[in-house]
Amino acid sequence: MLSNFFHSWVHDPLVSTFGVGGLVVWLVLCILAIAVPVILSVALYVWWERKVLGWMHVRMGPNSVGPAGLAQTFADVFKLLLKEYFMPQSASKFLFVVAPLIALVPAFAAWAVVPFDDKAVLADVNAGLLYLLAMTSLGVYGIILAGWSSNSKYAMLGAMRSAAQVVSYEIAMGMALVGVLICAGSLNLSEIVRAQSGNWGIFNGFWLPLFPLFIIYFISGVAETNRAPFDVAEGESEIVAGFHVEYSGAPFAVFFLTEYANMILISFLASVLFLGGWNSIFPVAVPVLGAPGWWWLFVKAFGFAFLYLWFRAAFPRYRYDQIMRLGWKVFVPITIVWVLVAGCLVYFNIVGPGKV
Amino acid sequence: MSFELILFYMFAAVLTVAALGVITVKNSVHAALLLVLSFFTASALWLLLQAEFLAVALVLVYVGAVMVLFLFVVMMLDIKAESVREGFVRYLPVGALVAAAMLVEMLALIGVKSLAAQALPVDPAAGENTAWLGKALFGRFLLPFEVAAVILTVALIAAVTLTLRHRVGVKSQNPSGQVAVKPSERIRIVKMESVNKGAPTA
Repeated sequence: MLSNFFHSWVHDPLVSTFGVGGLVVWLVLCILAIAVPVILSVALYVWWERKVLGWMHVRMGPNSVGPAGLAQTFADVFKLLLKEYFMPQSASKFLFVVAPLIALVPAFAAWAVVPFDDKAVLADVNAGLLYLLAMTSLGVYGIILAGWSSNSKYAMLGAMRSAAQVVSYEIAMGMALVGVLICAGSLNLSEIVRAQSGNWGIFNGFWLPLFPLFIIYFISGVAETNRAPFDVAEGESEIVAGFHVEYSGAPFAVFFLTEYANMILISFLASVLFLGGWNSIFPVAVPVLGAPGWWWLFVKAFGFAFLYLWFRAAFPRYRYDQIMRLGWKVFVPITIVWVLVAGCLVYFNIVGPGKV
Repeated sequence: MSFELILFYMFAAVLTVAALGVITVKNSVHAALLLVLSFFTASALWLLLQAEFLAVALVLVYVGAVMVLFLFVVMMLDIKAESVREGFVRYLPVGALVAAAMLVEMLALIGVKSLAAQALPVDPAAGENTAWLGKALFGRFLLPFEVAAVILTVALIAAVTLTLRHRVGVKSQNPSGQVAVKPSERIRIVKMESVNKGAPTA
């Protein structure tokens, strides 16, 4: 629970043995144990994206730096970090510097409530789902501020498009989450995963009764992260690079990191909320493979992460009015109807916690 | 002084400074951002009171959605600071009067009520206050809740109908129609005999 987590600091057994300093060190270590792998997986994900895109375009992808081109992203990161850092003369100085950080913080803060395994979660808060929604909706500030503070027309247009898009798709995303919390009967992510455990493996997941919400959640996730085919915020053919057109060097690298960390986060969340998180995709009765564990969550998240790349290779960019139509006229009505359906499913005891 | 009290004073100080900044800074975008900060610290204060649902809902609704649209509008308008401050002195008495009236109302409502109120022996919302709020809203207070929802919907529709203008002669695309288009509407394949089978003459 969020507030109890806050209050229990003082009564934590760690505090009584190691003092407040011990607790702080322990918490920082826990946070690093999540943040550092996220950063590393972003690096590998970028490499994997370039490889997959290469294969889909019938070319090689990065293959020169390191074994199979694996060191390519690290080379790129060092290049970005060592590059000269420009700031437009008429930029709003403070906001220009702060904007990448404002984008980065929610992208990492959201990981606090992601359950990797039974009890393997940094903050097992009761209002976890709400917290997640709040964090994903904060990410847009970084983009808006970057666009505005750059004092550039392209950046401004990118920021405006992004703001409208994120706010629109957040509604569909929120309604999809409402369906999940109706079925699970809890806002706690660990409880949501437990509600999806059972004897049927993957078929216990909420993706089956909430299939439209599952599809809408993931598509809204793609739109929230400003990825192709919803990447009008940085549409190269129209507005150069959109909101980060004036950024170079390390601040640009931060935006890059944020985008990919958000993509991985959405992949994890889609697995946790709809595919049963750490539960095995096979029935429990199957020996070895039926055992639950964090590896199943990672396998599922990898699948979603791959879908992101597949979308990018397969679909042309949406036009702005098409995006708005899809969000408001298609997704929002479907989610509202399906929330009612989910309520009926739970009311008539077809789905819900404790059902097989 | 307990740890919580220190945190309370910290957040309260930030909240007050941010709220003052909203009405004193020159740049309207900075003012909107300071308003975001004050919402954020208010939510932190609620979190200190263990009102986790209210705290997260404040961030979700106001910071995540309302203020984004606010910033959107403020950035588009490009307001000049001078024109905003033009009538400051002229409207100051009226503003002070309204502020004083609001202060009195708040004191009368909240202050007097809190003097008369007695603390509940057991916090009914302790533990899962999201679930408690849900049960209260959809159980005991179902009718007021639904009435409020209907009023909000009416207000929403009224706002749309007041501002919606149908201009004639505007060229725009209809995405729904574009998505629903069939190949047979766009292209007609004509089957015909190939003619002139022989070698070209001359």
